[in-house]
Amino acid sequence: MHLDSNTQNTLLDQLSQIVSSEYLLTTTEALTPYECDGLSAYQRLPVAVVLPDNIEQVQKIVQACSNLKVPIVARGAGTGLSGGALPHEGGIILGLSRFNKILSIDTNNLTAVVQPGVRNLAITEAARPYGLYYAPDPSSQIACSIGGNVAENAGGVHCLKYGLTVQNIQQIKIVTINGTLLTLGSETFDTPGYDLLALMTGSEGMLGIIVEIVVKLLPKPHAVKVLMASFDKVEEAGNAVADIIAEGIIPAGLEMMDKPAIHAAEAFAKANYPLDAAAILLCELDGDEDQLEEQVIVVEKTLKKAKANNIVIATSAEEQAKLWAGRKSAFPAVGRLSPDYYCMDGTIPRKQIAHVLQKISEFSDHHGLLVANVFHAGDGNLHPLILYDANKEGELKTAERFGADILELCVEVGGTITGEHGVGHEKIDQMCVQFSPAELTQFFAVKSAFDPDSLLNPGKAIPTLHRCAELGAMHVHNGELPHPEIPRF
Amino acid sequence: MKTEFSPTFLNTPDGKLANEILRTCVHCGFCNATCPTYQLLGDENDGPRGRIYLIKQVLEDKPVTQATRTHLDRCLTCRNCETTCPSGVEYGKLIDIGRKVVEEKTTRGFKEKMTRKALLSLLPYQKRFTSTIKLGQIFKPLLPKILSKKIPKNIKAGNYPSSTHSRQMIILEGCVQPALSPDINAATARVLDRLGISLIRPKNAGCCGAVNQHLSDEEKALDFVKQNIDAWWEHIQNGAEAIIITASGCGAMVKDYAHLLRDDKDYADKAKKVTELCKDISEVISKEDLTPLQTQQRQTKNISWHPPCTLQHGQKINGVVEKILTDKGYNLLPVNDSHLCCGSAGTYSILQAEISQQLQANKIKHLTKHQPEMIVTGNIGCQTHLQEVSDVPVVHWIHLLDN
Repeated sequence: MHLDSNTQNTLLDQLSQIVSSEYLLTTTEALTPYECDGLSAYQRLPVAVVLPDNIEQVQKIVQACSNLKVPIVARGAGTGLSGGALPHEGGIILGLSRFNKILSIDTNNLTAVVQPGVRNLAITEAARPYGLYYAPDPSSQIACSIGGNVAENAGGVHCLKYGLTVQNIQQIKIVTINGTLLTLGSETFDTPGYDLLALMTGSEGMLGIIVEIVVKLLPKPHAVKVLMASFDKVEEAGNAVADIIAEGIIPAGLEMMDKPAIHAAEAFAKANYPLDAAAILLCELDGDEDQLEEQVIVVEKTLKKAKANNIVIATSAEEQAKLWAGRKSAFPAVGRLSPDYYCMDGTIPRKQIAHVLQKISEFSDHHGLLVANVFHAGDGNLHPLILYDANKEGELKTAERFGADILELCVEVGGTITGEHGVGHEKIDQMCVQFSPAELTQFFAVKSAFDPDSLLNPGKAIPTLHRCAELGAMHVHNGELPHPEIPRF
Repeated sequence: MKTEFSPTFLNTPDGKLANEILRTCVHCGFCNATCPTYQLLGDENDGPRGRIYLIKQVLEDKPVTQATRTHLDRCLTCRNCETTCPSGVEYGKLIDIGRKVVEEKTTRGFKEKMTRKALLSLLPYQKRFTSTIKLGQIFKPLLPKILSKKIPKNIKAGNYPSSTHSRQMIILEGCVQPALSPDINAATARVLDRLGISLIRPKNAGCCGAVNQHLSDEEKALDFVKQNIDAWWEHIQNGAEAIIITASGCGAMVKDYAHLLRDDKDYADKAKKVTELCKDISEVISKEDLTPLQTQQRQTKNISWHPPCTLQHGQKINGVVEKILTDKGYNLLPVNDSHLCCGSAGTYSILQAEISQQLQANKIKHLTKHQPEMIVTGNIGCQTHLQEVSDVPVVHWIHLLDN
């Protein structure tokens, strides 16, 4: 997998003609901080890190790599949680952090043209003076970049009502593997031909390099209310989620945290979370005043019926921000409970929440590792955080097995192995559980249409059939092989 | 985060502390979002998460060169990352350890060594520094621009009150502040006098130690720390209520005395007491009844407030000065990116001039956006740094209560 020294020398020579030496990193010392992204359990050193700041440089870099058949892993803010930006030992990291400018905001068409390295939250901050905002808000929105959001089709608290990244972008520019600049999508809502914009969204850096994005902006809602409900039992909170949606109400956000997550988040955000609750639900409702009043009454009634023992309604913007601050910092705040955590990202049908939480708790006993649950309850997107200590021999392996059990359970109850973090390096084996060989073959066909030599983020997101067929990659339940139709070698 | 320290290093106080801090970090990258140098340079190595990684490598005995040192030198130690970090990583303490070890393992060039030595033998010594500034004020027209712009106009201290009250507090005079802006502590004394508090100005106290501490000269820093503790101790025993600091940079340092001397058998307890008593002037003022300060109608109304990093991130004091000034009838104009450093950062403006000037330009643009009549702040470093490029006066906020 490593580059031979001739190719490496030629590559570095060519790259040094494109960017100044300060932005071409080649020593182990300088490369090591790039050996992982937000999923630090897996590390690999790339051959080089290149940090261009204009599209022309990106085109030349891609061309050079393409000619020499050198793999390219694009990286934004490096906050991804599935190892999507994990380097390739024989390839380069193409860092887009210097593409950090908001190029324009169009208040007539409600769009903004941004470079891929712009932070998600920076878009909303820039749009705020115009009464606008960018809806998808992953918990890492303070730091994660919009280019990475597109590559992973990121979601967030508000995607229940306002959709994922794919519903909130209008046009992107990509550099293809041969260095061509393409514009996908258009300035209007619909475009004839194949919807390549949708295809590119969530493609995890495997089809092209995203170099510019036109995002949609939304007018800020007239009024917002945030309710916080506490529960004595996690299962009751889980059932309340399904009940609220069944009432015909789509909250702007509907989030759940269990006790360990509440404690960790409270320690950082001081949001006045109830420390004795087994679980809390945070429910944001927005719209015009009259409609909102009515919704608050219905949600409150539903929560009480679902055995919520205390309901707090935050009306001021400060109180609401405080409640969300805790939720949004919950992942890293768990660093206060444990030296390391392994964050999972499965989705399940809402009605299965209580059942799945019960099973996760059983897995936790079985593997002997604690778990903190934080999730986008409204869209059934679970984020169990498995707590482990990387300094203890074997704990990472146990955490991985625990994680695999959870994801396979998600598929078993009719869900998926990823809601928003992407497959990356981390969940590649679970893709075998999720998809049939015929489906995986189609994925590869798409991949080779864009990237015949498999140079763009190779080895991520789509497992080879051979990999899937290796039994070690999956779990056998009750002696029954999942997907017996896959040919085994 | 996984660490692989050698058992020898792990058993030292620094090793133990660094290991604890590193293991709190979960590598989420939130810190990069508010790091001034990462925003400007865009290299992971120039953000807190990358620097933590670099420090980890050094502490794990991996090869280290001046490249690592440069990335650590470029850190402003503004500690914005600590405010942002949900996991509670104590980055400031970690980078002090990292810098110390890197300093031992790498060699600086002659010019760099001399500059650092010159700073260390000048700044922390009040008399030396004051004479230098006085000379500089006389010969200002003859000096190169890079130096001349750093020399402020000659400012008179003004009178100290003569009355003595039963409530007494110690004030840290500081080292560079009495030379650059001797009026700050005098104004503080007058304001507190009207609130019924007298200030004690112990003769033997000197620099808080921050200059040495942040230039990897911990040994000398601790000498300064102990000298101050000795100078204050008698007054503390006599019932001084607090140790007041009017430069937030020094305040952040003095509040760290307990940590710095935690393993010193002679000083640990005293240092703990000093840290408990140490208060930024805003913490003292905000607890007092300010009615005695009601005076004539003021002319200045619209001001921009620049919260120093050592106040908002180092000491985690937020909204306190803002409330005091708003209650006094001042209109604090909105300032974008007020969480970001102005680029002063102690000796940084001299040692990392290019980055410092970019931050200074960005900061002054935000501070002057709504045409303030005055910029107010709470740290002498920020004050002189911003004044260099500001058309409106930059003053310590305490002056607004002194009229």
